Amino acid sequence: MNAAAEAIAERPATPPAAGSETVVHARGLTKRYKNAVALDGADFEVGNGRIVGLIGPNGAGKTTALKAILGLTDFEGDLKVLGMDPRRERPRLMREVCFIADVATLPRWIRVHEAIDFVAGVHPRFDRAKCERFLARTKLHANQKVREMSKGMIVQLHLAIVMAIDARLLVLDEPTLGLDILYRKQFYQSLLEDYFDENKTILITTHQVEEVEHILTDLLFIRDGKMALGTTMEEMGARFAEVLVNADKVEAARALKPIDERAAVFGKSIFVYDSADPERLAQLGEVKRPSVSDLFVAIMKGTYA
Amino acid sequence: MNAILKSPFAWLLKREYWESRRGFLWAQVTTAGVILGITILGIIAGEVFRARMGIDGSVRMGAANLSEMLRSATAHDIGQLVKALDMTLLLFGFIASVVLFFVMFFYLLGALYDDRRDRSILFWKSLPVSDTATVVSKVIAAVIIAPLIAAVVTLAGYIGAQIIMSVWFLAHGVNPFSLLWAHIEPFSLWLHLLAMVPVNAVWALPTVGWLLVWSAAVRSKPFLWAVVIPILAGVLNFWVGLLGLPNIDTRFFWGDLVGRALLSLVPASWIAPDAVAHGVNFIDGDQLGAISYGAMARAFTMPEMWIGAVVGIVLIAAAIWFRRWRDEA
Repeated sequence: MNAAAEAIAERPATPPAAGSETVVHARGLTKRYKNAVALDGADFEVGNGRIVGLIGPNGAGKTTALKAILGLTDFEGDLKVLGMDPRRERPRLMREVCFIADVATLPRWIRVHEAIDFVAGVHPRFDRAKCERFLARTKLHANQKVREMSKGMIVQLHLAIVMAIDARLLVLDEPTLGLDILYRKQFYQSLLEDYFDENKTILITTHQVEEVEHILTDLLFIRDGKMALGTTMEEMGARFAEVLVNADKVEAARALKPIDERAAVFGKSIFVYDSADPERLAQLGEVKRPSVSDLFVAIMKGTYA
Repeated sequence: MNAILKSPFAWLLKREYWESRRGFLWAQVTTAGVILGITILGIIAGEVFRARMGIDGSVRMGAANLSEMLRSATAHDIGQLVKALDMTLLLFGFIASVVLFFVMFFYLLGALYDDRRDRSILFWKSLPVSDTATVVSKVIAAVIIAPLIAAVVTLAGYIGAQIIMSVWFLAHGVNPFSLLWAHIEPFSLWLHLLAMVPVNAVWALPTVGWLLVWSAAVRSKPFLWAVVIPILAGVLNFWVGLLGLPNIDTRFFWGDLVGRALLSLVPASWIAPDAVAHGVNFIDGDQLGAISYGAMARAFTMPEMWIGAVVGIVLIAAAIWFRRWRDEA
């Protein structure tokens, strides 16, 4: 870990500003497997009505954190989801929480109408008419089996079911992995247009950060089982800055302790700063908000080293 | 009733039926259909044979024409006919039971394994259904739903066989109503088959639990674990005995441990210990006596029944625990 990233990690992951209610509250969340520590005392909050990106390199503990939230795994530490303990109150919790874990987890033998009948039968908050409206926009038909569908169609069915459930928290674990670009765009578009409102919270993990960047309200960076950064997008814009610096000002730029430096075209360099004085940055060159992926790279530097 | 059919648990049972329709229903229907097909082929072969021999068209038994014979039939003959009809039903029931055993065995081995393998467990677990309800629904599907379907198909196969016989009788100018249908009273025997379903279910619990535990616990190849472990243990125990070292009585080991763990699913397999305990000789004597209501009641007085049930329930509880906490890393 480089010094700058260490400094960031030492700051507590700040709880998201908006949403007086917390949907997820974790303190000292720890999960040890036989020969690895997946979560190492992670602290974080997810506020009500937020769209939170849980972002981290492979093996950082993203999926384990989601599994703990969904009550799919045991853990140490304190974790409350909608005020419930996911270990002890899972069936009740799942009335309020939905998840799409990975693509194509629908059983291959099931037919569209069977899946809908079943969810309608067991889920008290499922709105069948709504689900059928979503499906009417797709090419799926009632008698079609999942085994006869493409990956994209399976996700359409799964999403139609999930969006028809009036849940408080929706957890998405790499929901668009392996989908083509049309389905991926459509997936997030539907979520925003037809699902998300101020009473719902969405927690997303994905590798395709660029794809979700514009819909996120909050960021959680996870690294080595700990939260490396927790911020709203507004706070992130105020706190972090990216400056395009000409070759002659590189030394001055370095003096301001950037957390990351990388080369750009025409001998210029790009520096990323955490909580630097905006006026002094403006003297160095063009200042803008870093993209989530550039910030991610800056903070995760040295992870694989 | 309607409220029960629309309860979440009923939907869990329906899901099991949808997923295993092929085994629960179509395997039985196909088997019954094959038996009926063989019956028809047999009749045709008989007719062709008779035609070649140049015998006239009326059904002959010895010298007499069948309808003549019927007219002179004694009460004893009718009794024999009723017994033969009962045996036809039992034959359908027996074959359905063989199919049922294999269907239940492999259904239970896959019940908590297949969805882990294809990851659809993540979908099932995203719904507000407890793991206890899930596992119990699979137990009920195996020991109640599948046998009830088998019983219905058995009855349908039997009636189908009588219809084929009727057509054959009619073709020979014999009235099937006076000869056949007047004596068909399958329901008392069929009710015995139905009444056996709960007895078989309780008796099957140790095997149900044994198969479900492996289905829920192992990373791969539940069949090998569930079958090879008890057989290996039995062989080892026998070998220890061969060496003259202290071992568990091999008859007890194979019969009451390995046998109950793997074969209690065989429908009506409680008959054998009951027969031994009560001296029922159903091989030479009254076959129907072995499945009388009295025998079913007696089955619940056997310690084997209750010890097995307790072990089975403990194993099912273990399967529920694995289903809840097995972490697919």
